[in-house]
Amino acid sequence: MDQFAVKVFVRLRPSVLDPAGEATKSASIKLGAEGIKSLRIGKMIEVKIEGNGENEVREKIDLLCDRLFANTVIEDYEYSLEKL
Amino acid sequence: MDNFTVGVVVFPGSNCDRDVSWALEGCLDIRTKYLWHESSDLSDVDAIVLPGGFSYGDYLRCGAIARFSPLINALDEFVKSGKRVLGICNGFQILTESGFLPGALTANKNLNFICDDVELDIVSSKGGWFNNVDEKQTIKLPIAHGEGRYHCDSDTLKKLVDKELIALRYKNNPNGSSFDIAGITNEKGNVLGLMPHPERACDETIGGTDGLFTLKSLILK
Repeated sequence: MDQFAVKVFVRLRPSVLDPAGEATKSASIKLGAEGIKSLRIGKMIEVKIEGNGENEVREKIDLLCDRLFANTVIEDYEYSLEKL
Repeated sequence: MDNFTVGVVVFPGSNCDRDVSWALEGCLDIRTKYLWHESSDLSDVDAIVLPGGFSYGDYLRCGAIARFSPLINALDEFVKSGKRVLGICNGFQILTESGFLPGALTANKNLNFICDDVELDIVSSKGGWFNNVDEKQTIKLPIAHGEGRYHCDSDTLKKLVDKELIALRYKNNPNGSSFDIAGITNEKGNVLGLMPHPERACDETIGGTDGLFTLKSLILK
């Protein structure tokens, strides 16, 4: 069995308003940071997972992302995968 | 009401389960039974309420974890059989997460947790949930949520409008919901999800009775 470290990034779709991102952008500007054009908040999920090769692990992660980690009505996801 | 029994689902983190039970039993004389979320036996209940609260602490997304409970798995057959399911607040979030209703509920536009009475327009009484509005097209119900902004894509919204699946719209949109949507039904009409709390408007002493009819509608066939 191979072990992989997976980092899943879940983001609100561009068409979905992100009030938390807007509030953080506003605070960033108050802090004095200049030039911020956009700020959106997502989630990062780290998973360590075993499987028979990368393809099998990708299948598992695809299922997890599609059914649990992201709500694809409002969120997109992508992930990176590293063999340990 | 004969032996008609409404199952009130209890998840870890539900906090309106007793209110729903109180409103049904005390105000409407309808028998209730608490259903622990790990139960998948729905044989002795005739309708189901998914109450408000914070199932599983709202971890990941509101309703996202509850969706995988044995009870929600069993709900598919229950809904297909035509029995009635009412999802209130967190219950509505669970119904969208699990695909019984379209769209999703996201953080309020102003980021506030809003606890207030709101005026609602009855748009459709599909399923008979709001048939009491012949003389009254607007009702007032309490809301209490941080993530009640209904969102769906334009195709879904068109379908909701065309098929008359929008049950309730806010008169003064408090949370940024698409098209002011506060509650929707499925196509058959036997599943209703709404952010306002009808169980908190069942007695004049607590501010109103506009929620009574919707709860009473659980016994409709």
